[in-house]
Amino acid sequence: MAVAFAIVRMKDLFAVIMLSGIYGLLSASFFVAMDAVDVAFTEASVGAGISTLLMLVAITMTGRTENPSRHKPLLALAVVFVTGSLLIYGTLDMPYFGLATDPVHQHVAPRYINDSMQEVGVPNIVTSVLASYRGFDTFGEVVVIFTAGMGVLALLSVVRKPKDMAEIDLINKSMHEEHLILRIVAKIMIPFILLFALYVQFHGDFGPGGGFQAGVIFAAAIILYSMLFGMSTARKVINQSYIQLFAAIGVLLYGSVGVISLLNGKNFLDYNALSADPVAGQHLGILLVELGVGFTVTSVMVIIFFNFAGRRNDQQNKENNDL
Amino acid sequence: MILGLYNYWIVVVLMMVGFYIVIAHGNLIKKIVGLTIFQTSVFIFYISMAKVDGGTAPILAEGITQYSNPLPHVLILTAIVVGIATTALGLALAVRIKEAYGSIEEEEIQTKDNLDC
Repeated sequence: MAVAFAIVRMKDLFAVIMLSGIYGLLSASFFVAMDAVDVAFTEASVGAGISTLLMLVAITMTGRTENPSRHKPLLALAVVFVTGSLLIYGTLDMPYFGLATDPVHQHVAPRYINDSMQEVGVPNIVTSVLASYRGFDTFGEVVVIFTAGMGVLALLSVVRKPKDMAEIDLINKSMHEEHLILRIVAKIMIPFILLFALYVQFHGDFGPGGGFQAGVIFAAAIILYSMLFGMSTARKVINQSYIQLFAAIGVLLYGSVGVISLLNGKNFLDYNALSADPVAGQHLGILLVELGVGFTVTSVMVIIFFNFAGRRNDQQNKENNDL
Repeated sequence: MILGLYNYWIVVVLMMVGFYIVIAHGNLIKKIVGLTIFQTSVFIFYISMAKVDGGTAPILAEGITQYSNPLPHVLILTAIVVGIATTALGLALAVRIKEAYGSIEEEEIQTKDNLDC
């Protein structure tokens, strides 16, 4: 909370963004304390990692300081105060914190906790609810992420001619002298980050993890690489059009699992139809669906970062040409 | 005890901090940070509702009888990743606005628009 207040006061946007990263990490540790390990995992990699990074790239393009003038701060404060007190008045009827008899715990949650082992056969309830019971919801979320990726692509993508090898070599040489230690450490770490992402992806049935977290971690490794070795090198390794194809394949994979279960005479995304044994079918279905989620999340994150960074390089090139 | 409601109050305060940033600040990036704080307060609201005293993380294991509610966890898990995707879209818009107007301060953009008319 103190961090949040500091964010209001700060005018230097760089500090604001660093603070919001700290805020993300703090809320992740709060989620661990609240037993939400899966959520904490996601928040730590998204809130403290990727979002901080994206905002930093954005302020390199938009400028670092904020205009100190505010419009009608007193009026705003009054509005905020009134809304806040109304909300607090509203909480007086809410159930107390941590009671097992709260209405939230009465409807579908007991079924998930008691029956998911027989029906889905996956120890991590969060995964079975995410991919199986509420698979349709998750499909919607994946499509939203995909659409957001396409939106960034439409807003920021620039047509660029590929640089030739000699130029890349030149950049590499110059950077070798600058970031020698960082680059070597990153080279050692990146395989482990990728391996860890794969572990998170496929171990999501048993421990905290799954497609969303794995996708973000995988993307973080690629982004780390492109930050240290330059955008043009990273583009050589990861082709932009392939990564766009992968984003689409993820959504398609998810959707086709649903269509296959439709064709087998069950409901959309009812994995029991995938195999003679319902539990085996559920396992297969969850695996495929999580894979689809992982594909889409990774590629969309990489697309977003590449387009931001590519835009920035373009701007810098233009400025250099102007000088 | 009325103090048993403290989790909601924290959420409300955080939410109002985010709300204040969104309405009182003119800088678009700062507004996006404000929205992120607002968003996180909603996450905290859901997760704190899911907590059960004496419960553990919802991963089935031998010898544990009390689990926290897994449903809000699922909802928030996906919401976080969708949140970053939409934040990125917002930042992309801010970058384009900067290119078109040369500024991301709301008032400067407004004066420029009025001059053009």
